[in-house]
Amino acid sequence: MPTYRDMTYRDILTQTCELLEPFAKGRRLEEETDLLTHVGLDSLQAMEVLLAAEGRFDMSIPLNVLAEVRTVGDLAEQLQQLIERR
Amino acid sequence: MLDNLRAVATARRALLDEGVSPFGTVVEKVISATEGVIDGRRTILAGTNNYLGLTFDPVCIEAACAALREEGTGTTGSRMANGTFAAHAALERELAAFFRRREAIVFSTGYLANLGMLSALTGRDDVILIDADCHASIYDGCRLGTAEIIRFRHNNVEDLDTRLKRLGERSTRALIVVEGIYSMLGDRAPLVSIADLKHQYGAYLLVDEAHSFGVLGAHGRGLAEEAGVEEAVDFVVGTFSKSLGTIGGFSASDHPELDSLRYASRPYLFTASPSPSVVASARAALALLQARPELRKRLWENAHHLYGRLSALGFSLGPEASPIVAVMMKSPEDGLVFWRSLLAQGVYVNLVVPPAAPNGGSLLRCSVGAAHTPEQIERIAGAFAALR
Repeated sequence: MPTYRDMTYRDILTQTCELLEPFAKGRRLEEETDLLTHVGLDSLQAMEVLLAAEGRFDMSIPLNVLAEVRTVGDLAEQLQQLIERR
Repeated sequence: MLDNLRAVATARRALLDEGVSPFGTVVEKVISATEGVIDGRRTILAGTNNYLGLTFDPVCIEAACAALREEGTGTTGSRMANGTFAAHAALERELAAFFRRREAIVFSTGYLANLGMLSALTGRDDVILIDADCHASIYDGCRLGTAEIIRFRHNNVEDLDTRLKRLGERSTRALIVVEGIYSMLGDRAPLVSIADLKHQYGAYLLVDEAHSFGVLGAHGRGLAEEAGVEEAVDFVVGTFSKSLGTIGGFSASDHPELDSLRYASRPYLFTASPSPSVVASARAALALLQARPELRKRLWENAHHLYGRLSALGFSLGPEASPIVAVMMKSPEDGLVFWRSLLAQGVYVNLVVPPAAPNGGSLLRCSVGAAHTPEQIERIAGAFAALR
């Protein structure tokens, strides 16, 4: 049975877009989409996204990762690293 | 550069027009622990965290005046250098004795206490598990350090358990951080269950008793005393700016390592120590807190009085009665209109908007103190009733 560890970066990117969709207000989400300036994600919404991602991937996401995240792709990359670290 | 501030200015303009600002209120004259003049009007202060009402206590004022005359207006230096006077050391001994701990350490503010503790207690290999509703000083303290920071859902023991379990062997390097009473909704942490988890996983526990020191427990030692789990708490953190009616922060602990924190904690080292008058009034207030348990009794009578009245009026409140009575409003705009109407009736409370308020709404955060009279509590409730 495939596990989260088997997911490719592309799989995680797709799932990241799904997680962000409720906050995107219809805006198109792509790898380079800036979460702050384009999606307009505020600090509370960022926490909600992390909670949703934690639920989906069944892992805790340290807040420290946010410092490295600017785009949808950055977030997917951080999630991938955490999944691989488990 | 300055983009962040321009964004703040835009957000501020969107909410606030030319009227009195809830975020820049000027108390033009302070009349007592419970009254002041705001916008030219005599106003009941119902949003001050002055839980024991000691800001105008003659004993505290006299102690502060005497220290001012004897030791001057400021220490002009860090605790590490010239800023430790005999009174700072005495206050630390008195705090340690009060909390029945081996040692206490005094910081210049409550904010700095959390910054100083969280950044220096933990290192790169450690994990800090914080309740999602923790105060900004706790978040900022975590950011100043190098530990991994994980949030758990507010007051959700099951979620904390899951996250501790995920850590595996690393749970023995985890510091759980909760608050005695949460500052926005006035609810307590489920500390008995959290203490059980701390023992089960071999973690450490820090409780910020900022809003519960002097408020909870038979002797006022906070939620840990009330819940009977003081032995499980590794580090107590608190502030002098609420129940003690002055400014400053502290931590108390039985861990001998606390003393070394004085050499490792930047927020302790690189700021001037509390002024002599501040230390003197904190010491006097700490003595009064112990000598006058009736203050705590009166505080709770007022808390139940206001919570009961506002609840009966049908307002949506925080989950339990406490000296912080938070009235939930649907939106920041509703909250602002209501806040201004309360002020026009001579009642000042705190307006809290997102991100500090939950679910995109706002809070009219009242805090009552022992110095409020039953008549003042009735006037506060009456002002809310008039707007129902």
